Amino acid sequence: MTSTYLERLLDPWREFERMNRLIGWPAGSTAEYPAINIWVAGDDAIVTTEIAGIDRNSIGISVAGNTLTLKGKRPASVEQEKGTCHRHETWSGEFSKSVQLPFNVDPDKVQASYRKGILHISLPRLEADKPRKITIES
Amino acid sequence: MTEKVQEMQKKEAELDKGVERIRNTRVFTPAVDIIEKNNDLVLLADMPGVDEKSLDIILEKNLLTIYGRVEPEVPANHRLVLSEYGVGDYQRTFTLSDEIDREHIRASVKDGVLKLVLPKAEKAKMKKIAVAAEA
Repeated sequence: MTSTYLERLLDPWREFERMNRLIGWPAGSTAEYPAINIWVAGDDAIVTTEIAGIDRNSIGISVAGNTLTLKGKRPASVEQEKGTCHRHETWSGEFSKSVQLPFNVDPDKVQASYRKGILHISLPRLEADKPRKITIES
Repeated sequence: MTEKVQEMQKKEAELDKGVERIRNTRVFTPAVDIIEKNNDLVLLADMPGVDEKSLDIILEKNLLTIYGRVEPEVPANHRLVLSEYGVGDYQRTFTLSDEIDREHIRASVKDGVLKLVLPKAEKAKMKKIAVAAEA
């Protein structure tokens, strides 16, 4: 669906995402669980996400081209503790979230660690994807 | 996708008017679950970035305060290009009733989740009264 300029003006967030795409920044959907932060330096990207309470064995990380997909699940605490629930604010369920990175990632060199409920993924750029300098023949 | 998409946003803790914090960090209100069981109350708080060393649990009169310090991990020479969550400390205070046995509160942390077990005091425990048949 094509949006008119006026419609875009009325929706500043969409406009921001459109600009993000133009610049080539990663465009993630906002606040869909889990929230992520992306750090970039040259040919290296780091993705961090807060997924407290998620069992490390249920975390799935996959990379295809420039897309990183995170999966995981967390059972509701009420089911685990078996009692009467007075407050239920924490997130539970299954998630699957994909984000686009500014370059293609080398899947063999991706490293991930999970500590204190924070997942930390290091994603180096694919060698073949790196810009090459072309020398001019005389 | 048929799955329900759940939106999550960290809530920043409120400060009283005219009061400022000493450390220049953001402070968030952790999401909690409170579950009542037969003999105790279980409080679970999501505090990613907190471990047993950076957590303070203070019980003063009937106020139970949990405070978790988070050291922001900024990757060297990297710039943040997408930020969906902020990093900061966690604080939340609860009032306890007399029905909690304060001497035996237990706390543990796993994968960024604090688990507090608040045992019920003897008098608050549910008692089942046996009914004897009249002779």
